[in-house]
Amino acid sequence: MTTKLMGQGIQRVEDQRFLRGKGRYVDDVHADPATLHAAVLRSPHAHARIVDIDVADVLEIEGVHLVWTYEDLGPLSAPMGEPLPLLIPHPDLTQGRTQYALAKDEVNHVGEAVAFVVAEDRYLAEDAVGRIKVTWEVLPPVVGVEAARAADRLVHEDVPGNIGARSEQKTGDVEAAMAKAPHRLELDLDIERSACTPLEGRGTVARWDPDVNRLQVWSSTQTSTGVRAAIAVKLGLDLGQVDVITPDVGGGFGVKVVHPWPEELLVPLAARALNRVVKYTEDRREHFISSSHERGQIQHIEVGFDDDGRLLALDVMFWHDHGAYTPYGLIVPIITSTQLLGPYKPEVYRVVYESLYTNTVIVTPYRGAGRPQGCFAMERTMDAIAEYLGKDRTEVRAVNFIQPDEFPYDQGLIFQDGRELEYDSGDYPASLEKIKELIGWDEFPAFRAEMAAQGRTVGIGLACYVEGTGVGPYEGAHINIETTGKVKVATGLTTQGQGHATVFAQLVADELGVKFEDVEVVTGDTRRMPYAVGTFASRAAVMSGSAIHLAAKRTKEKVLKIAAEALEADEADLEIVDGVVSVKGSPGASMDLATISVLSNPLRYAFDEASKAATQFSVGDPGKPPVAEDDEPGLEGKDFYSPERATYASGMHAVIVETDPDTAEITILKYAVVHDCGHLINPMIVEGQIHGGVAQGVGGALFERMAYDESGQLLNASFMDFLMPFVTEIPDGIAIDHLETPSPLNPLGIKGAGEAGVIPGSAVFASAIEDAERIPITAMPISPSELFTLRALHAETPTTQERPA
Amino acid sequence: MSAQDTVRHGEQLHLIRLRVNGIGHDVEVPARRLLSDALRHDLGLTGTHVGCEHGVCGACTVLMDGKPVRACLIFAVSAVDAEITTVEGLTEPDGSLSPVQQAFSECHGLQCGFCTPGFLTTITAGLNENPCPTHEEAREMIAGNLCRCTGYQNIVKSVERAAEITQAKEAESA
Ligand code: FES
Ligand code: FES
Repeated sequence: MTTKLMGQGIQRVEDQRFLRGKGRYVDDVHADPATLHAAVLRSPHAHARIVDIDVADVLEIEGVHLVWTYEDLGPLSAPMGEPLPLLIPHPDLTQGRTQYALAKDEVNHVGEAVAFVVAEDRYLAEDAVGRIKVTWEVLPPVVGVEAARAADRLVHEDVPGNIGARSEQKTGDVEAAMAKAPHRLELDLDIERSACTPLEGRGTVARWDPDVNRLQVWSSTQTSTGVRAAIAVKLGLDLGQVDVITPDVGGGFGVKVVHPWPEELLVPLAARALNRVVKYTEDRREHFISSSHERGQIQHIEVGFDDDGRLLALDVMFWHDHGAYTPYGLIVPIITSTQLLGPYKPEVYRVVYESLYTNTVIVTPYRGAGRPQGCFAMERTMDAIAEYLGKDRTEVRAVNFIQPDEFPYDQGLIFQDGRELEYDSGDYPASLEKIKELIGWDEFPAFRAEMAAQGRTVGIGLACYVEGTGVGPYEGAHINIETTGKVKVATGLTTQGQGHATVFAQLVADELGVKFEDVEVVTGDTRRMPYAVGTFASRAAVMSGSAIHLAAKRTKEKVLKIAAEALEADEADLEIVDGVVSVKGSPGASMDLATISVLSNPLRYAFDEASKAATQFSVGDPGKPPVAEDDEPGLEGKDFYSPERATYASGMHAVIVETDPDTAEITILKYAVVHDCGHLINPMIVEGQIHGGVAQGVGGALFERMAYDESGQLLNASFMDFLMPFVTEIPDGIAIDHLETPSPLNPLGIKGAGEAGVIPGSAVFASAIEDAERIPITAMPISPSELFTLRALHAETPTTQERPA
Repeated sequence: MSAQDTVRHGEQLHLIRLRVNGIGHDVEVPARRLLSDALRHDLGLTGTHVGCEHGVCGACTVLMDGKPVRACLIFAVSAVDAEITTVEGLTEPDGSLSPVQQAFSECHGLQCGFCTPGFLTTITAGLNENPCPTHEEAREMIAGNLCRCTGYQNIVKSVERAAEITQAKEAESA
């Protein structure tokens, strides 16, 4: 096969397994009656002191093997008595706090782990949890950003003002620039909490093997190597004693990058203590109250601009609700504060944020990771400027774009990876042309008039974003050509449905000249690749894709070296096609990869006909050592890719909505996406990523919120009450167009594509609903009843001019 | 309590026979054991997934006498008289993919694959009832199942493609 696979919509290889019910998710591992099951007692209070825990009755229950509270952990392994790690420390996070694996003295949100039970099955474990008696001293909770800011109550007694971090970045003197600007506007915006809610929750299975002193752990994680390191540290083991395997994962979207979850430590600890396989599978309510959420922010924006709408000064302050603890540091607010700028170049920018403690579930990245909020702030600002100047919204955006000849473009800020925020490539004016075309921007006034004639109200919205993807520090890949000629590829990051087994095989088949079907990819198994970071921040294709490409090159070098010797030809004259190396132009002289693999390993013993050919009496120069000094046996190649900085994908979304004059129901008539992630490896998969992202964007804009009451109870912790979109809520057809501005930072010219679909969700819907209703939309998500209320308020005190006829 | 019934961990067990994918299985379960758990943990048929355990997501959908039901809302003991089909039982007798499975593969109808068994069983039943759905009917057919990954675009396509494949197959064998 000589056609290049990169760029082709190859059908996914992993689907065969999933379609037959043969997927292996964590809960499918050790699905047998000998496995013990864990359940967790979780705090019913948002803020309380633990006066006493009485577990006396619990061990009496038949079928219960173990019950632990905080007191039990330290004696089993000293580090278990310490708080969980603060994974990403940052100098601005002066008041970082993390929870204990099981609460010590105090709980800070409903759902915090308090006690841990292992029993014969989950039913019995839950029965046992129900028998634990806790005496609480309930404390007043802090719920929501306003309460945190008011700080008349504290989440952590020793954190003044509930402020975990205060951060500032600026590119010049914003006050001076603002004072000079001909026009100024202020906006106050509010965006709600949502959550990743993958269909598969968290899960961990562990088996301790006393015969070799090793621990084997399966976890539904986005970072096997991270979980491995955390377990080793906390259980007092060497890294080499712990294997972490991440099998199929039923969606992650960010939440599964947090680690170690308490259960990821408690399950292995219990497996070791009991010498039995122990499994924990989270249930849906637990996922809502004990994993993580995102998005909640309040923003204040001041902007100064000229008559064309050019940004002269942009001054942003926002308050970020990070929940009860900060295990994942400041990643979300850092991203909001830096990625807010999108494709624009304000002359001066200042951003200040406070990251605040509340007695609610922790906040960590959810697909888009802080960008939806940043995009909301920036795009609402663009719309406000256009409204103020009476200009078309696309014109105001266009005058602010970084131009194609200005790349690389340094925004003068420090990004989430501690590197400069320097955009590598892009063409925003071209994207704008495409999105206008795709949504029918210029034809919309006619459409609006036509609809109005039928008594229907419609609006159009647009939103642009830039997304830092493919952040470091690195990923690696190992390729091994078996003596059967099959190619085994291992990369350490994980897979949550993005089709890695397919796209990575495409890259290897291309570079190595083997059949696609002969390539097998393994991800997330620390036994196969112990050095890795993880799958998040749209980094898998860029990082592991590049590493795999480089490892394939190395493997190919070795193949050609051995083949050249065996075929007595010059390496430069060789080519590999469909797994056969031959001398270009003379097809007779050839050798397949299976044979070359056999030859790569000088043997003493013959196991079969093929290996006979590689024994000491049949190959090699008797005057030289069988393995040369700079060589090693086996047909393998390994390499790593570590970029200087992130690569910047970009895109624009547009939507046409209809709002019902009576019920205020919001209907999506058309949704369009223009997307630039550099070269596409597999367009079918990229489009699938966009579809999924758009659906989550729709959810975030119109439905999803975490309904906390004043006492910190999450009132909608089920799929019955937390509204995720079904097909009925999703546009029927999403128009997609691609632009390919290759990244100069990696050998394949690619950028990440995983999160793009979700980023502009709230911004684009706010824009369209505002356009339809002529009422400023400043808070998302927006439900029909909220829109209804807004209409009533607006009728009393109009705040926007009517649209000129 | 029948003669064979025993007690485990203080809980009365019921010896029941479940007929799944044409095979009979004898299992001893407490009355409260969910069908989803019995299938997954007692029979090892892990293809049926549990996404919510409260009847909303549809990931646990299996066919009982050909009709889609939520296995997380049914006790195993209430399934004794039924013929149950799980995702593992959807393939053709020769082991090849059924039209619905085939369509999902062609149309990129799945990403993480966790919701997929529920969609496959639901659509299989849906197409049995309505072999030529309109586009709107294809959307309605899957309106009771949640997928967090695909945005449903390609699942709708898969329903339409599955109908096409089925019709082509029928035309061939006619
Ligand atoms: S698991 Fe049964 S409907 Fe969700
Ligand atoms: S494919 Fe992941 S939930 Fe549907």
